[in-house]
Amino acid sequence: MKFRDEYRDGAAARRFAEALRRLVTRPWTLMEVCGGQTHAILRFGIDQLLPPGLTLLHGPGCPVCVTPVEYIDKAFEIASRRQAILCSFGDMLRVPGTHSDLLAAKSRGADVRIVYSPLDALAIAASEPTREVVFFAVGFETTAPANAMAAWRAKRDGVGNFSMLVSHVLVPPAMCALLEAPGNRVQGFLAAGHVCTVMGIHEYEPIAARHGVPIVVTGFEPLDILEGIYMCARQLEEGRATVENQYSRCVRPDGNPSAREIMREVFRVVPRRWRGIGDIPESGLGLAQAYGDFDAERRFGAVRAHDEAANECISGLVLRGERKPPDCPAFGTRCTPERPLGVTMVSSEGACAAYQRYRGATRAAAGGGP
Amino acid sequence: MMRADDFNLACPAPAMERETVQLAHGGGGRAIKQLLDTIVRPAFSDPELDRGHDGAVLDVSGPLAFTTDSYVVRPLFFPGGDIGSLAVNGTVNDLAMCGARPLYLSVSFILEEGLPIDTLRQVVASMRDAAVAARVRLVTGDTKVVDRGKADAMFVNTAGIGRVVAPAPIGPSSVRPGDIVILSGDIGRHGIAVMAAREGFGFETIIESDCAPVAEPVLALIEAGIAVRCLRDLTRGGLASAVVEIAETAGLAITLDEAAIPVREEVVAACELLGFDPLHVANEGRFIAFVAPKDADRATAILRGHAVSGEAMIVGRVEVGPPGQVSCRGALGVMRVVDMLSGEQLPRIC
Repeated sequence: MKFRDEYRDGAAARRFAEALRRLVTRPWTLMEVCGGQTHAILRFGIDQLLPPGLTLLHGPGCPVCVTPVEYIDKAFEIASRRQAILCSFGDMLRVPGTHSDLLAAKSRGADVRIVYSPLDALAIAASEPTREVVFFAVGFETTAPANAMAAWRAKRDGVGNFSMLVSHVLVPPAMCALLEAPGNRVQGFLAAGHVCTVMGIHEYEPIAARHGVPIVVTGFEPLDILEGIYMCARQLEEGRATVENQYSRCVRPDGNPSAREIMREVFRVVPRRWRGIGDIPESGLGLAQAYGDFDAERRFGAVRAHDEAANECISGLVLRGERKPPDCPAFGTRCTPERPLGVTMVSSEGACAAYQRYRGATRAAAGGGP
Repeated sequence: MMRADDFNLACPAPAMERETVQLAHGGGGRAIKQLLDTIVRPAFSDPELDRGHDGAVLDVSGPLAFTTDSYVVRPLFFPGGDIGSLAVNGTVNDLAMCGARPLYLSVSFILEEGLPIDTLRQVVASMRDAAVAARVRLVTGDTKVVDRGKADAMFVNTAGIGRVVAPAPIGPSSVRPGDIVILSGDIGRHGIAVMAAREGFGFETIIESDCAPVAEPVLALIEAGIAVRCLRDLTRGGLASAVVEIAETAGLAITLDEAAIPVREEVVAACELLGFDPLHVANEGRFIAFVAPKDADRATAILRGHAVSGEAMIVGRVEVGPPGQVSCRGALGVMRVVDMLSGEQLPRIC
């Protein structure tokens, strides 16, 4: 397939790996932010091509994983109401809440529908005027513009039976929180390319300068990731810490101003609790005052934060890059995709799911990662 | 709102010329007889069916393969097939995977009240065409009608009998280290075609299901004396699930070469978009054959002589290794584990 196969070329990958081996003189620890990148790294075995000492930590960029449990519980509660139709991206349905997940609600008769776009949820609201249609709006800056568009259109068209349960998160505050955490090991970031197609690269410049970390905006194909690693390691070797754009075929330095415009119109920046990580100031998006009528929390009651019951799951440490999935004693034994202890094993972008899927339980536990 | 089951119809009025399936059709009286006489029997026109008896009486000798499967696909019609062709080909293919020549099928319909008769007519016509193409006879059947809301328009069950022609047992226990895995063609089209039709994705290119009977190429392998060790059609769970199942049952390891596995460009694109792995996507006209290494090239050539397996490729090999482990050499040359799907593939968020 054009624009894909070129970026999966084995010979080119080996050349990058060789160049990295020549470049790297010291151990470095990098973090890829996005769960999509984590999956590509595991699927293609990119970590196995790296020189010894060059370590990849897996970041918190899995939208499903970081959505707080109280929002899953709220979605479950809304879905359980007879008059409600809960629309969600498919990946959210398996995520465990405090007691259950949305797939279980669906099996008990709740009207839970998988949509591929928030505008599909709006169309359902138009065709089911006697029902309350709630769209579960989660994700990073990538999904925010389309979700904003749904609220904007609902307001424009006066769709009274549509609302959104919003738990959006923002990448840069999470990167800062990780860098400021005691015991931080991250020396350079591969930033999430798709987020930057919307946001551009400039908001990362103060982070690179303040924390002295190189940040390379990186794509999702194997050669993208290898090049991102190379660019990041080169900065570290040269003692530089700037923002560079590996993914220039998709990311313009100023991103997508129209997308940001609609985000600014519909959302406002709010504090957000990240599942497994904790409260991060100014790290989320909620509906702006003018769109309050479309806030599901107004219609169905506010979401109340609560702590999760502790178990042996280390998904918080995994999301913060402090541990790798195979470090967990439960990985692949007491925690599997069929019987997950934590959300990183459930989500298709979760790090534990990636290790399980591409390394298997036994091999990963034997030390599959670098 | 009143519902049909609010009534207790002891003696439903016969529905003679109605355009939709009625509960009366399930009453066992004249209405159902008319439905069968006008739609089902003429389509299949089989002397066994025409006898109007309780069951078919067949003269079959030799070891038999016997299988059954139920079909609940939604939508009923999708590019490249429909529930009727699926129900015939699915059972025909299961028989073929036993190394058998498919001979006879039964068909059982569960119809939802309100189903347009014309829909039933189209499905039956499609089943007839599929049966003719697969050279099987539909010799017995049954029809039930359930209340509206109790079934999704139509469910179909088929069962089939075939005569085993393979000289040696075909199955995972016959697989040996060194055996070669041949894939009969490109993968992933059926799953994506049905999903695109159901969800109304509106892809620029219409992806057609690969739904087809595969008995002929399988029988050709057997007739040519190929040492066929195991056969498996790649339905739900896709290539990955089939290979993992066989590796687990055989207690051997299997390696696949991802670059050799044909996937159409439009399927690749759809999978990229949805976050699916083509190895996990369903097929309805694809199978894998495990053959002795000495026969691998000849078997591939034989399969390529049949349109339905014209793109057959050697994609893997059985190894001595951790029992049940399937690994795949990826685009960068690094091995990864291939596992069965856990639950359904759900489209990712971004």
